[in-house]
Amino acid sequence: MSGAGPQSDSFEELAMPLFDQLYNFAHWLTRNREEAEDLVQETYAKALKGFSSFQLGTNFRAWMYRILRNTFLTSRTGLKATMNLPLDTEDSRPALAVDRDTPETILIERSDRQLVQSAIDELPVNFREVLLLCEVEEMSYQEIAETLSIPIGTVMSRLSRARQMLRDYLGLREKGMNHGL
Amino acid sequence: MVCESWKAKLDTYLDGELAEEEMRAFDAHVRSCLSCAADALARVQMKRTIQVAGKQFTPSAEFRRRMQQRIATKPRRNPRLRWMLAVAAAAILVVGALTSTYLGTTRSRRDQVYSELADLHVATLASSSPVDVVSSDRHTVKPWFQGKIPFTFDLPELKNSEFSLLGGRLAYLGQTPGAHLVYGIRKHEISVFIFQERSQPSGLGEQPAMTKALSFNMETWSQGGLRYFAIGDASTADIDNLAGLFKTTSL
Repeated sequence: MSGAGPQSDSFEELAMPLFDQLYNFAHWLTRNREEAEDLVQETYAKALKGFSSFQLGTNFRAWMYRILRNTFLTSRTGLKATMNLPLDTEDSRPALAVDRDTPETILIERSDRQLVQSAIDELPVNFREVLLLCEVEEMSYQEIAETLSIPIGTVMSRLSRARQMLRDYLGLREKGMNHGL
Repeated sequence: MVCESWKAKLDTYLDGELAEEEMRAFDAHVRSCLSCAADALARVQMKRTIQVAGKQFTPSAEFRRRMQQRIATKPRRNPRLRWMLAVAAAAILVVGALTSTYLGTTRSRRDQVYSELADLHVATLASSSPVDVVSSDRHTVKPWFQGKIPFTFDLPELKNSEFSLLGGRLAYLGQTPGAHLVYGIRKHEISVFIFQERSQPSGLGEQPAMTKALSFNMETWSQGGLRYFAIGDASTADIDNLAGLFKTTSL
């Protein structure tokens, strides 16, 4: 890909295709339709204003997500959500091992979308966002690191913690109905 | 037990983020390890479920429309240039507005002066005693104004012209006193008004000397701090001649 894209690239052409996903992400962050709309609107306004400083040919999607997320972090809801977040720790338990619990199996059986939705919703925001960027937006670790302005190592550790939390949550829910540990 | 190290990397493997060599090694392992294959399958399904569950919210059509309108086709531009264009546009608007306001007021004041003079001219002619000092002698008329107006002026010598002085009277324009002289040429009468220049609205001289106001011909000029108006139904040539006489006299 060449460094400089065609000069005729308009902001609209680049930004509108991301509208649905940005909105979805915003809604996951704010947990509220109105706030999500405000967040997306502000994101687009900021992006439009700063579009001239955006380097064509670099990752526009990561750039947009970064604006959205930074805007969220400085909002009231964002500030509240980021209080008392679990610290990033080097994963002390690489016991991501699947053997002790298998909520995945439960999911296969029940295919309970709503259950997963509420599980995602329960995650602290820094884990929620990393999981969504990876699984829903299918961003690479590099892209996620760029979007969240964190090192790749942190992306990986947050991601694995997010997954573990999700598994714990789902496993807890199913306890009693299923085989325990 | 051997599988533990593989399982720790399972997510990274399924995210496709292992180094190429490791990826290949993992592929091979999964094919031969039933336990890891089962886990991998379960996790892939988990990933899929999260993906589906994660795409939960869609923007309303109304919101989409609103956003589309907001950002509709804004071409990529140099922001400084855009800013400069905006400033230039604003400046043009301001200057334009000021100019048109200025011109508008100037024009309307000027028109007002002309129409007042025309009124004075007509009212004077319609009066049974058009002039207060009835004399064809400029040496009689000029002193008559002494003490009545705050300035003095010279009247032209008419000996070798067709004009005749009919008399004079006081006139007021814009609340300031001035001289109103009435001249005759053939059957026509011409009024010459003299006022102090500074008491008159600016911009009076910024048009062709000869204008047509309310079907009268009028000429105006400024000389020695005085503003002269000659108005009447005589031809423009006659008015211009009379004006010429005044101009040469005062020099």
